[in-house]
Amino acid sequence: MHITTRAALAASLFAAATPLLAQLVTAGPLRIDQPWSRQTAPGQKAGGGFLNITNQGRIDDRLIAASSPIANEVQIHRMTVEDGVMKMRQMTDGLALPAGKTVALKPGGYHLMFMGLKRPLELGDNIPVTLRFQRQGAVTVRFKVRPITATSVSGGRHD
Amino acid sequence: MTEVKPDGVQGFRRARRILWVLVALAAIGGLILVIGTGGGDRKNGTAASAGLGIGGPFTLTAADGTVLTDKRLKGRPFAIFFGFTRCPDVCPTSLARMAQLRERLGPDGDKFDIVFVSVDPQHDKPADIGSYVALFRTPIIGATGSDEQLAQIQKAYGVIVRKVPVEGGDYTVDHSAAVFLMDRNGRFVTTIDYHENDQTALEKLRRIIV
Repeated sequence: MHITTRAALAASLFAAATPLLAQLVTAGPLRIDQPWSRQTAPGQKAGGGFLNITNQGRIDDRLIAASSPIANEVQIHRMTVEDGVMKMRQMTDGLALPAGKTVALKPGGYHLMFMGLKRPLELGDNIPVTLRFQRQGAVTVRFKVRPITATSVSGGRHD
Repeated sequence: MTEVKPDGVQGFRRARRILWVLVALAAIGGLILVIGTGGGDRKNGTAASAGLGIGGPFTLTAADGTVLTDKRLKGRPFAIFFGFTRCPDVCPTSLARMAQLRERLGPDGDKFDIVFVSVDPQHDKPADIGSYVALFRTPIIGATGSDEQLAQIQKAYGVIVRKVPVEGGDYTVDHSAAVFLMDRNGRFVTTIDYHENDQTALEKLRRIIV
C-alpha cells in the first residue's frame, strides 16, 4: 500500500470515528437520507450499504458509481428472489433517479456492495462513501454501521 | 327384464369395479401429495419436485472444525439455510429472522437448531463462518465443506447454487433462499419462504418442535 493511500485510509478511519450529527445530506436537488450498513465479521469480505435518494429536481439523474476507502470496490447491485432463488446482479448502467421520485436502496431490493473490505465494519462506525451521480457529480455521505440483525437504519433487533 | 348373469361374471365385474375405485383413489392420493409438497417446493426454489426425498445423509465441517453430519443433528429438529457470508442481503435477513423467530418462541426457541451452510468454501473458511454466525447473538451451527461434500448436501436438499461472475473477476452466488425445516429424525417437514410472513413462519416452526 502506498503511503498516501495509507494516510488517506487513516484519515478516513479517524473521520469515521467521529460522531455522526446528521444522516441527511443535500446536494443540489438530491436529498440523500438514512445511509446505513450492517456490521461484518472478520473474514467476511463484503458488506451491503443501504440509503434513500430523493431527486427533488425536474431533471432525471443517475447514480453511476460509488467508492469508499474501506473497500476495494463498491458496486451497485439489485437483489431479487425469483422462484425461491436469490439472485444478485450488478447494475453496470447505474441506478436511475427519476425527477421527483425517491429511490430506496434497502434489503430485498437495491444495495451498494462493498467488495473486498479492508477491515470489518464495526458497530458505531460511520463509513465514508462517495457516490457519483451523472449530473450532480460526487457526494460523500457516511453510512452508519448497524447490527447484522438490523432491517433498516432504525429497525431490527439489538439497537 | 334384467338379464340374470351367472355368479362368476358378477363377481368378476364387482372385483373389477373395486379395482378401478382403488386406482382412482391412488391417483387422487398421488395428486394430493404432489400439490401438497411439490408446488410449494418449486416456489421455494428447490430442485426437488416433491417434498419427499428432501434431506438425507451429509458430511460437512462445522465452524469449530469438527465434523458435522446428519447423524450428529439427530434427536433435535433443525432449520437449515444455505448461503455465503459475502451475501449482503438475503442471508443476514434470513438468519436474523430465524434468530428473531426463535426469540419469539420463548423457551420453545431452544428446542431446535439453526444451521447455516456456506456454499462458498473458496471464501468462507470454517472459522470465518463461526465469526459470522456469532454476530446474530443466538446459537447457530455454521458449516461448510469440500465441493464434493457441498454437492452432496445440495443434491439431498434440492438446493440450487450457481456462481455468477461480476466485474473485477469476482463472483456472486445465486442460491435457494428457503429455510428447510426438518424434524428430530432429520425428515423434511416444510420450508419457510423468503417472502412468507412471520406468523406463518412461527406456526411452521412450532410444527417441528412438537
